[in-house]
Amino acid sequence: MSELGNYRPLTYFQLMEISLRELLVEKGVVSEPQIEATVEDMRSRGPERGARVVARAWTDPGYKRRLLADGTAACEELGLDVPALRLIVMENTPEVHNVIVCTLCSCYPRMLLGLPPDWYKSRNYRSRVVREPRAVLAEFGTAIPDHVAIRVHDSTADMRYMVLPMRPAGTEGWNEERLAALVTRDSMIGVALPKAP
Amino acid sequence: MALEARFRPGDRVRVMNAYPLGHVRTPCYIRGHTGVVERLCGSFANPEELAQMRSGLPARPLYRVRFLQAEVWHDYRGRPDDAVEIEIFQHWLEKA
Amino acid sequence: MGGLPAGPVEPSEHEYAEWERRVDALMVLLSGIKGPQKLLTVDELRKNIEALGPEAYDRMSYYERWVTSITQTMLQRGVITTEELARKMREVEERGA
Repeated sequence: MSELGNYRPLTYFQLMEISLRELLVEKGVVSEPQIEATVEDMRSRGPERGARVVARAWTDPGYKRRLLADGTAACEELGLDVPALRLIVMENTPEVHNVIVCTLCSCYPRMLLGLPPDWYKSRNYRSRVVREPRAVLAEFGTAIPDHVAIRVHDSTADMRYMVLPMRPAGTEGWNEERLAALVTRDSMIGVALPKAP
Repeated sequence: MALEARFRPGDRVRVMNAYPLGHVRTPCYIRGHTGVVERLCGSFANPEELAQMRSGLPARPLYRVRFLQAEVWHDYRGRPDDAVEIEIFQHWLEKA
Repeated sequence: MGGLPAGPVEPSEHEYAEWERRVDALMVLLSGIKGPQKLLTVDELRKNIEALGPEAYDRMSYYERWVTSITQTMLQRGVITTEELARKMREVEERGA
């Protein structure tokens, strides 16, 4: 598996990755096709999958109830495969805004939304959002009004979290596809609001 | 066979104020603090034991506990009802 | 590290390199999220990352920490030996990957 493009010498860690992988393949623990398939599988998972869940919840009150009761089952109901995911969906309301973090490492609903952004895994986000969420959200350009409470959810164990943002005003009669296009990854983490129509 | 759940939603619980060695998923910032059980998530294998290549069984109850931010941080800037909600294993909790 | 003083959040994201995606895939396959093997737990991986200590932790990138941790866990589990790893790393380096 050589990289295309300009030659760059391997870093110590890239050397470790190649060596570990080749040893495990030689021992029959994993195979190269399996690794490639897993890479492609992860690449295929992205925020648009979560956006579909949100758009359905915005248009179907029964689905929204089921989503809040059992996030994983509700994803599977839409045909989204989410292996090993135990999802809890937190609903934003006019009184409460939710935001997700993993202060201990980088837990994220990756099987639904794909790989998390670097900043979510950063020391600064993980240290500060649990202690000063309003200031951190302001750095993302998100102002939470004084009358709205903020709840920070720290994924410390087996559950994973996603925010169900509020449906933007001015979207009456929109179909799910149009609504899903307003739902950003950052609004499902809780550091941003969905796009305006 | 899982251990029996000792707490219910609405119970006030305090997080044990201990700092043992090993892999622990109870964040340092919440140890010694008191909150309210928001829900029982289910029973799961103990990550402290799984980290040491042991089974982590029997599974034990995992709770989501809600803490008021103003009580957790002495310098918290926000609303008095702002909260942080954390999953904590039963063996780290005592009735408050 | 929740609550410790830290700087502003830089909304940085980078396009993951292929080697990083392969490290991620190894984690998924070895921990049994996908595929038939369950040779380690994410708990062991997390413990081994914590064991790096704060200086190494900050010096290394996210997937550098993960590849180190996965390798360390495979050594602890006896799936590979240090000698095998040393020989393989020399071999890879000499052939220029």
